[in-house]
Amino acid sequence: MSASAIFVLDLKGKVLICRNYKGDVDMSEIDHFLPLLMQHEEEGLLCPVLSHGNVHFMWIKHSNLYLVATTNKNSNASLVYSFLYKMVEVFTEYFKELEEESIQDNFVVVYELLDELMDFGFPQTTDSKILQEYITQEGAKLEVAKSKVPTTVTNAVSWRSEGIKYKKNEVFIDVIESINVLVNANGSVMSSDIVGSIKLKTMLSGMPELRLGLNDRVLFALTGRDKGKTVVMEDVKFHQCVRLSRFESDRTISFIPPDGESELMSYRINTHVKPLIWIESVIEKFSHSRVEIMVKAKGQFKKQSVANNVEVRVPVPSDADSPKFKTSTGSAKYVPEKDLVVWTIKSFPGGKEFLMRAHFGLPSVENAENEGKPPITVKFEIPYFTVSGIQVRYMKIIEKSGYQALPWVRYITQSGDYQLRTNV
Amino acid sequence: MTDSKYFTTTKKGEIFELKAELNSDKKEKKKEAVKKVIASMTVGKDVSALFPDVVNCMQTDNLELKKLVYLYLMNYAKSQPDMAIMAVNTFVKDCEDPNPLIRALAVRTMGCIRVDKITEYLCEPLRKCLKDEDPYVRKTAAVCVAKLHDINAQLVEDQGFLDTLKDLISDSNPMVVANAVAALSEIAESHPNSNLLDLNPQTINKLLTALNECTEWGQIFILDCLANYTPRDDRESQSICERVTPRLSHANSAVVLSAVKVLMKFMEMLPKDLDYYGTLLKKLAPPLVTLLSAEPELQYVALRNINLIVQRRPEILKHEMKVFFVKYNDPIYVKLEKLDIMIRLASQANIAQVLAELKEYATEVDVDFVRKAVRAIGRCAIKVEQSAERCVSTLLDLIQTKVNYVVQEAIVVIKDIFRKYPNKYESVIATLCENLDSLDEPEARAAMIWIVGEYAERIDNADELLESFLEGFHDESTQVQLQLLTAIVKLFLKKPTETQELVQQVLSLATQDSDNPDLRDRGYIYWRLLSTDPVAAKEVVLAEKPLISEETDLIEPTLLEELICHIGTLASVYHKPPSAFVEGSRGVQHKRLPGSAGSGESVESPDAGSAAGVSDAPPAVIPSQGDLLGDLLNLDLTPPSATGPPPAATSGMQMGAMDLLGGGLDSLMGDESEPLGGDLGGSPAMGAGFGAPPAAMPASFNAPVSSGGLDDLFDLGGGVGMPMGAYSPPKAIWLPAMKAKGLEILGTFARRAGVIQMEMTLTNKAMSVMTDFAIQFNKNSFGLTPAGPLQVLTPLSPNQSIEVALPLNTVGPVMKMDPLNNLQVAVKNNIDVFYFSCQYPISMLFVEDGKMERQVFLATWKDIPNDNETQFQIKDCHLSSDAASNKLQGSSIFTIAKRTVDGQDMLYQSIKLTNGIWVLAELRVQAGNPNYTVSLKCRAPEVSQCVFQSYEAVLKN
Repeated sequence: MSASAIFVLDLKGKVLICRNYKGDVDMSEIDHFLPLLMQHEEEGLLCPVLSHGNVHFMWIKHSNLYLVATTNKNSNASLVYSFLYKMVEVFTEYFKELEEESIQDNFVVVYELLDELMDFGFPQTTDSKILQEYITQEGAKLEVAKSKVPTTVTNAVSWRSEGIKYKKNEVFIDVIESINVLVNANGSVMSSDIVGSIKLKTMLSGMPELRLGLNDRVLFALTGRDKGKTVVMEDVKFHQCVRLSRFESDRTISFIPPDGESELMSYRINTHVKPLIWIESVIEKFSHSRVEIMVKAKGQFKKQSVANNVEVRVPVPSDADSPKFKTSTGSAKYVPEKDLVVWTIKSFPGGKEFLMRAHFGLPSVENAENEGKPPITVKFEIPYFTVSGIQVRYMKIIEKSGYQALPWVRYITQSGDYQLRTNV
Repeated sequence: MTDSKYFTTTKKGEIFELKAELNSDKKEKKKEAVKKVIASMTVGKDVSALFPDVVNCMQTDNLELKKLVYLYLMNYAKSQPDMAIMAVNTFVKDCEDPNPLIRALAVRTMGCIRVDKITEYLCEPLRKCLKDEDPYVRKTAAVCVAKLHDINAQLVEDQGFLDTLKDLISDSNPMVVANAVAALSEIAESHPNSNLLDLNPQTINKLLTALNECTEWGQIFILDCLANYTPRDDRESQSICERVTPRLSHANSAVVLSAVKVLMKFMEMLPKDLDYYGTLLKKLAPPLVTLLSAEPELQYVALRNINLIVQRRPEILKHEMKVFFVKYNDPIYVKLEKLDIMIRLASQANIAQVLAELKEYATEVDVDFVRKAVRAIGRCAIKVEQSAERCVSTLLDLIQTKVNYVVQEAIVVIKDIFRKYPNKYESVIATLCENLDSLDEPEARAAMIWIVGEYAERIDNADELLESFLEGFHDESTQVQLQLLTAIVKLFLKKPTETQELVQQVLSLATQDSDNPDLRDRGYIYWRLLSTDPVAAKEVVLAEKPLISEETDLIEPTLLEELICHIGTLASVYHKPPSAFVEGSRGVQHKRLPGSAGSGESVESPDAGSAAGVSDAPPAVIPSQGDLLGDLLNLDLTPPSATGPPPAATSGMQMGAMDLLGGGLDSLMGDESEPLGGDLGGSPAMGAGFGAPPAAMPASFNAPVSSGGLDDLFDLGGGVGMPMGAYSPPKAIWLPAMKAKGLEILGTFARRAGVIQMEMTLTNKAMSVMTDFAIQFNKNSFGLTPAGPLQVLTPLSPNQSIEVALPLNTVGPVMKMDPLNNLQVAVKNNIDVFYFSCQYPISMLFVEDGKMERQVFLATWKDIPNDNETQFQIKDCHLSSDAASNKLQGSSIFTIAKRTVDGQDMLYQSIKLTNGIWVLAELRVQAGNPNYTVSLKCRAPEVSQCVFQSYEAVLKN
């Protein structure tokens, strides 16, 4: 159904650790993996699935590791990739960084986790918080805790353990919206959307029942209210804990939250967004002599708001040299290893306009290689504000012990995939 | 403290040292030693020699240590099967441990030890664990059944574990249900006919309930299992869809894709006019789009699947073009897939935007991506006629960039544009010719040569251009050589006076100096054509070519249906059926979408499969553009696609088709083609006769030629006898060329001198020669079956037609069809197998000795219950009763008696069918009234409708 075996390899293709789940694929097949990968890479046909004879490799790369699943069946590929990414998530929560060293330093736990995460190719418990209750790194000390299965593992509520206690019951809600924009060289917006995410930091005792109210237009239409601004969410994705059928029937977001930090939901809004930071650029390339760059950045949001840590990244030819900059605010820096000029503006008030000029020399011998046309990208953060206007109307928290808990809400808008194509 | 220290010891005598440590009395030391052993195992050292010492550490209450020992066992048990037995006792004991973690660990590990001797001991502990009070143990035991089945299927069946596993589907714990479903699915996959997953509305309901409660992975197992179920009707289908749609909001992409699979499949059963159908379509788009924000590998899987979904149900994503625009930082595999989908979604409404994007992409760095973008521009031109002009000018702009591979790619697609819009954009030829020298890829060279040949009359120096290629003729690839040969022949036919020398040169290069049989054969054919009949040569070589189709690269509809059933899996990523890449899955039934799976229904019949139909009229599948030129050039056809047997319509027909493929026709064709090469070895002599009228041809040439079939090629009219009186309907198109890769079949049925014949006109509308024809029928109501093989002795060249009469008899297998006179036919040629269905007039089956004795008639008439009588009206018939009687007699409808009552003639008639069924009729004709009434009585009243149709057809023709 999914994987026959899972391997963790270093960049040279050496197996750091592996687990054979089904035994229907020879474990030595993995030796073909890296040569195949390199061959495909050379041909420019890199692909997440590689095959050698009857064996198929599904792989992802994470820092200096390859995580590879092998199979000789018609496996569910989406399940395998989801699982591999889940593995990365679990390992990262266990070891902070997932890399070659952390695998070696923790091989005993890694084996234990591999045993628990998947059985005969079927993913099992992959919630790291729950796993940490019975698979611990300090094995020797925690014998007692490890001697029983947390009922959570097989419960319908498989993401939260019973008996959690906090002195002060609080829940922090972050509403984060990322703006994705693609602007053509002639300045027209090709595509734009908002990807929102609602993150929770739950510090609540017991098994609380939560209900989140948003100014969701579909909900308002269902319940017949029509006051105030509403948003249309094109698509919504929920954490495991949210009762999907309930949402489907009456748009109620009800759930028992995981403890600590988690992403409760994400949504996508497909409206035409005005790019919050508008960039106009003139890049003139005089072959064999110089490149002149003029970039104008304009804050197209409310005057009261401020964008923080704005970075405008402008591509320059790889053979450019002797940079010179002039900026009306902030500072510009040449990052030769990325062939970029990064213009940083710590605080960018709405409605303002700033200018940056850069001048580079070019060698007289032209670089023969076609470098393509990388776009200008922009990074920013605007706190206390969401583009879509989404609002948390309420968060109801009910626990049988009857405590009062406070929800705290923060809003932030940031850049997502924010690309402006250039002419050069 | 890190574990890395365990990896450090590499000195000699290590094994010995470890052995000592393993046998130490100190627990800590033991544990450290086991860790060292595992570390050595991890780095690939062979530590199997320590087996007994490690197993000795198994009996411990330290869980961590136990896990390590178990891990060691899993790795080495197979290499030390005898010693592995030593571990059995501990396993059995651990399965009874008060700690559920240990019970589960033991049962999980035992299943992974693939040693036969151990499996016997596993049964009892497993049985207990399957009924364990702790769900964690039960869910582990459920998976263990699948493991055990993999090792020893018989044992699992004998022990009744499958039934226990099925019971677990009703378990109270969702995780246990999910694992039981996963295990059963896995077992069922290796035993396709076991009917293990006996899915019925009750179990489906249980699964749908568990779906809401289990982990994300469990949801996937359940959804994948649901996808194998075929609902009984549209209501059940809708109710399942309603309960599955909430999964589209799950954060895990794999859950979403599995839900999409279930919905795409069950949707087939929903009536299209249902409101819910529209709602569901709308619900599918947003989650599919959101998948594009997932990790790149998941995006890739999603895109490959969207590619399928877009072909099956284009309406879902038709407004979502923008989300497929390529981002600069997308990985190459994502870029290429997005591009593919962009072309599929391109329409008049969005073409301007798409073109602007494609032009942008064509200036990127990545060669493969740029090439594909250029090709995409060409495909847009072909797909959206209004954009053709803009596409051409974009391509010309790109040619001006002089980037070598861009230019070549552009020329290849411009050739296709010429094929689609002939005589429209020749003005660009001059620009193309300027780039002639820079072309170094065979495909581009061949395309350019094709253009020059095709438009030779408008290119002043066409002869010079072609001649320049001729210099290095033998260094060119076959593709270019073949194209050059054809182009020069075209040129000669268009400008005979100046190019005689050139054509002779190329013919001799092709026939004498080449080792390539394709090239030689084509050379000979042209040579002979030109020398025999230049006029015919002109008709053949300069024939009007069929326009190329709008949609390219479409997946064959039956394969597409199968792939839709495999959404999310590797099959959907490869766009290949699982049988093409999974060993041992040959016998496994191809998955089909419901609705179109109805047995006995023909695929081609418009109302059968098409409830599921690809937007009503499935577009014809033509080879991708790249192959088009290949086909155009290759006389010798590539064998049918290599991905296993063609996914056929009904299973019965598929079997038939397989028989056909193995049939003896191939040998027949083999014999046929030999004289061509052999006897013509002395062709240089032809040079002499070249250009002269056909009479001047050496006589010796004519002999092999005529038997070789060239004459026959032009003999269009032969083979059809004169009508013998029995009614035969005019020929109708049975198989349109679009549906059969260029093979068109017109046909009718006739009964001539007591022999039923199927008379067909086969026309080759493809670009390549067709050979190896064969035919087979599906079972039908009257057992019609071919009395001999389909006699198409000569290859069918492009644009050629041939008449064939296939004698039939009625001794074949019988199966009642609906309508009764429906006949499903499979025709095979060297390209593929095609299916169609046609209806024969039942009068073909009226036998000549169908005249009943008067007494018998009367008795029979009375004997047949009145319920079996059916009355029909025949309108607008102006024959007298005698004329009608005569006419009907010609089709073996015999008048036995005539009575006249009140100026109304009553004709009593009898008919006998080939299978012995008698039909009695009373035909009432009133002078001056053009409407006849016919009453039919028959013991098998089903035939009445068909018989009536025959009456009408015979009387009116």
